[in-house]
Amino acid sequence: MQNKNAVLRARAQMYKNIRDFFASRNVLEVETPLLAAHTVSDPYIQSFAVQEHFLQTSPEYAMKRLLASGSGCIYQICKAFRCEEAGSMHNPEFTMLEWYRLGYDHMQLLHEMDELLQLLLDRPAANVMSYQSLFEQHFAFNPHTATIDQLQSCANNEQLNLSKAALQNLTATDWLQLLMSHVIEPKLTGSAPWIIYNFPAPQAALAKILPQEPPVAARFEVYIEGIELANGYYELQDASEQKRRFIVDNKTRKQNGQPEVTADTRLLSALEQGLPDCAGVALGLDRLLMLQQNLASIKDVLAFPIEHA
Amino acid sequence: MTTYSTNQFRSGLKLLIDGIPYSIIDNEFVKPGKGQAFNRVKLRNLKNSKVIERTFKSGETVEGADIVELEMQYMYNDGAIWHFMDSKTYEQYEIPDPAVGDAKLWIKEQDVCLVLLWDGAALSIEPPNFVVLQITETDPGLRGDTSGGGGKPATLETGAVVRVPLFVQNGEFIKVDTRSGEYVSRAK
Repeated sequence: MQNKNAVLRARAQMYKNIRDFFASRNVLEVETPLLAAHTVSDPYIQSFAVQEHFLQTSPEYAMKRLLASGSGCIYQICKAFRCEEAGSMHNPEFTMLEWYRLGYDHMQLLHEMDELLQLLLDRPAANVMSYQSLFEQHFAFNPHTATIDQLQSCANNEQLNLSKAALQNLTATDWLQLLMSHVIEPKLTGSAPWIIYNFPAPQAALAKILPQEPPVAARFEVYIEGIELANGYYELQDASEQKRRFIVDNKTRKQNGQPEVTADTRLLSALEQGLPDCAGVALGLDRLLMLQQNLASIKDVLAFPIEHA
Repeated sequence: MTTYSTNQFRSGLKLLIDGIPYSIIDNEFVKPGKGQAFNRVKLRNLKNSKVIERTFKSGETVEGADIVELEMQYMYNDGAIWHFMDSKTYEQYEIPDPAVGDAKLWIKEQDVCLVLLWDGAALSIEPPNFVVLQITETDPGLRGDTSGGGGKPATLETGAVVRVPLFVQNGEFIKVDTRSGEYVSRAK
């Protein structure tokens, strides 16, 4: 219990430091609904449905509606809910810090993230590297142009021993994600955080795609000690592109036998009205606390993990 | 046919992969914030006890293996076939020598073992954790003699050879831990 109390206090202090950080930068703290009519369409994220509403998997849609209505730079510390297995890195209910900066692109925002991490953790400045350089360093191939055969033989060399069904069904994007989460991420260790930017275009989610050759998604991810901590975008502003991504997500959902998700019309009309040029990021605070307190499981930083909630 | 989705994977669950029965030792769920999740699974081949690793795409389903574990009493063997009896139903099973494996080093008539059955046929046998066996051959060994690492080999009535302390003599009964194959104490 001694230890749990120390963690409770560390969490409170961390929230205070975060609030001071944003107050000094004139970023406004906001609250948005946790229970809303629509939910995320991402086929890899499942929501809890509560009667006619959904528990939010992130405050992203609602915060973008605030941005479109002229809120200026905003941040939020809130609970997020995802219908998934609990483990040492996952709890279906967790705490997220999400913030948006007007006039920033993902590169500017990732530097602000680095400053916040240095404030909250006793660690040096981050290693900042593009997704392409990261893959070239680990596997000596370009992830934007690699073929499925190349990716599969790379997974073979790494002895990932995929099941037959997986071998038959994985797309190039799946293979890249497999190599990233199983081979590269565990090696993103050392005391400095890793910030990886410019992901392959099919992994854009809600990021802008930069029109270069090959095109890349203006997105970044943060890893510390092999743990995925944050995901940021130079935010997509184009309502018709957003609509198209909803449709693509639902197609994937249908193929996977998952329930389809109706497009969030309120988000779409906000985008039509005009989302200001901005970058946004979500950071998992429970995992951050684990790293700060040197604890191995997310259960160690929660007052009551799902099994005892 | 029972099938299991990756979100039902637990240690101890029995799966049939490429026609071979496996038991899950460890299941690690690897899920990025964005993108495909995978289950990294450690499995024990129930036929040869070898451990393999397999990566499943989360959400895929895998056929279950029809495995049951029964308590059975060892009755006798005729050289090639070992005869066991289900302790509850008294049904008798004939188990071929290879399936008995290393258990044959430890078991005597009437010992109760755990037998793993796959589609009704025995896959492996687990002897009791502790057995009491008689020493049939060991050097006399002098009291107080601590040379030779403080122990000596002793052959047991089942044919197993274990290291025993020097004071333990031929004809004595000893208790052995079958998991480590080590001497525990004198019995009687």
